[in-house]
Amino acid sequence: MFRVKAFCLIEAIHLATGCPRLAGRLIHPAVVCHVHHWTKRSTDSMWSYRTGPNSSGEAGVSALQTKIMEQGELPVLLVNEVGGVRGVLKAHVEFLKKHFHLITMKEFLKNKKHWSKKVQAIYLWWHKPIIDRELLESLPDLKVIANSGVGMDHLDLKLISSFGVKMANAPHAVSSSTADTGMALLLASARRLVEGCQTAVSPDTECFADDLLGDEVTGATLGIIGMGSIGYKIALRAKAFEMKILYHNRNRRTEEEERAVGAIYCTKIEDLLQQSDFVMLVVSLTPQTHKLIGKRELELMKPTATLINISRGPVVDQDALVEALQTGVIKAAALDVTYPEPLPRDHPLLKLKNILITPHLGIKTDKTTRMITEEAVANILAALNGLPIPNEVFP
Amino acid sequence: MAKQEQPGLLILEIGGVCGVLKGHVELLKKHFHLITMKEFLKNKERLSEKIKSVFIHECRPVIDRELLQSLPHLKVIANSGVGVDHLDLKLISSFRVKVTNTPHAVSDSTADIGMALMLASARRLVEGCQIAVSPQTEHFAADWLGDEVTGATLGIIGMGSIGYKVAKRAKAFDMKVLYLNRNRRKEEEEQAVGAHYCEKMEDLLQQSDFVMLVVNLTPQTHKLIGKRELELMKPTATLINISRGAVVDHDALVEALQNGIIKAAALDVTYPEPLPRDHPLLKLKNIIITPHIGTATVQATRMMTEEAVANIQAVLNGLPIPSEVIPQ
Repeated sequence: MFRVKAFCLIEAIHLATGCPRLAGRLIHPAVVCHVHHWTKRSTDSMWSYRTGPNSSGEAGVSALQTKIMEQGELPVLLVNEVGGVRGVLKAHVEFLKKHFHLITMKEFLKNKKHWSKKVQAIYLWWHKPIIDRELLESLPDLKVIANSGVGMDHLDLKLISSFGVKMANAPHAVSSSTADTGMALLLASARRLVEGCQTAVSPDTECFADDLLGDEVTGATLGIIGMGSIGYKIALRAKAFEMKILYHNRNRRTEEEERAVGAIYCTKIEDLLQQSDFVMLVVSLTPQTHKLIGKRELELMKPTATLINISRGPVVDQDALVEALQTGVIKAAALDVTYPEPLPRDHPLLKLKNILITPHLGIKTDKTTRMITEEAVANILAALNGLPIPNEVFP
Repeated sequence: MAKQEQPGLLILEIGGVCGVLKGHVELLKKHFHLITMKEFLKNKERLSEKIKSVFIHECRPVIDRELLQSLPHLKVIANSGVGVDHLDLKLISSFRVKVTNTPHAVSDSTADIGMALMLASARRLVEGCQIAVSPQTEHFAADWLGDEVTGATLGIIGMGSIGYKVAKRAKAFDMKVLYLNRNRRKEEEEQAVGAHYCEKMEDLLQQSDFVMLVVNLTPQTHKLIGKRELELMKPTATLINISRGAVVDHDALVEALQNGIIKAAALDVTYPEPLPRDHPLLKLKNIIITPHIGTATVQATRMMTEEAVANIQAVLNGLPIPSEVIPQ
């Protein structure tokens, strides 16, 4: 029965987005299975919010199509800006305009009276526009806020919900490229790749000295904190490097899932920290995970260990991290995320030699950013047409 | 065994740029009477009687006819690492000296470097690190993007131990793996890593998003990748070299990178190493170069020395040699 429901939904998404690829991805048996598991609990069980059951809607495929055609005008979608540093990617505009009348915050603010009753959806890109009470009050017809990416820590979910506005994220699109980023950081840090690149091109280099020895990744122990979609994909990749995989999660994965990646569950985070050569943070940011890794946790880690953060900056107590790196409490760190981003230019983390910082690469590929927008559009269209939202997020 | 009874092992030096790692000296001294080139040259007559083996580290000491002639009791030259392109195998064989290498110790860490380079290049990691720490950085641009590794096509040229381990790792990233090799692998081996055999190099080059060179350097693989091969690659593709610098025609590569024939390159090996400081490759933006760190881990270097010691002992004791290299 689930597959029939999933099929109806997939057809709706196909028609709505014109993206057979997106629908095809959802129809794959492994993903269907995954979606089935995913509907039972949140993809990252450290979330303090829930994702909803993927129940089928009353409206079928043809109803969706009819509804869209009946409207005549496209629904109005508000974005912060197009292009520029944090704006929606210019390359995505054409696709968005196929389904929506796109307006930017600038246009909205210029003519609030005209637009406020028309805006039905907001598409967040890099956490903008900021959703506050004032904005919500000025958009009486707002039905849905679609986030690009999976993290929702920048949103006040209760507040938004209190206005009767639905919320959605994009968990499927992000998982592979974020897992890849985690592995890239792990390998680059362990093998001192960035330092090596500097040596290779430095004008002072006369010969390659023997002393740029790094740490072996193959066969080392990786501790994954947060075993949702992304954490699991990291485990899959790490297994191919014959890494021993420990994981810590509020809920334990099924036995088959553990066996498939050779992952050993650690009930206590201490066990994971004490045994790991690499500790990777793959949780979402919630009140429970804020400063999850502090002085105590860093001291429990091996002095030869590396901390890798691909979740959110505030999951780590940055002051404690500076001290731990300065005094050799841990060996090194690799951060794709910090708080804030970017760090102030005089921040002590920037001065350390045993750290690698990347500018939030997580999902920054052509392919993934496109998939994120496609996933968001599917969410928005489902919400506007009264269909079950593929990735609805509840407070 | 008293020091004087231990077989003599000649090395270049301890520590320094090409010297044996200080941390390995104890292990070597457990089994051998360690003699440096400096000591040997000071006292050639006496020491040449004792030297039964040579341990080569970072291609040193250089083995030439003169050295071979001055070591009448030499039985084995044990190389640290798998590549022996720096050794004249025929010459050494003519002195009835055996040559060994360390294929087992190197394969994991070299495969790991191949993956590290591919990921770093695709995701613009090195550039990203510079942005993250640059004094000029005020924000991280949203439209600064890299290429997806998951689901992309990797073409592996050279599917020996190392190439196969690369394929295994790439499979976990849902990559489509194509390969080229002198000999085709068995069906079960192909299936285990989802690798598709390409009869012709052109097929592999034309379809790959990433081309990784994992061959050893021989007269046949010298300048294997030249202008023609680079032009067959996709303009969006990246060339990764973890084999030997001379497998790639550097001049052709410079031109290809300058003109967008291929998108980028990532080289752990060049010819020479290091490149002259005014080499055009060092000026390009779409390249990352690492200083031959393929086996540069504490664990791998230790394993290489251990493997070399095992090879030497086998030769000196007339036992089957784990990794003998026989001239073709």
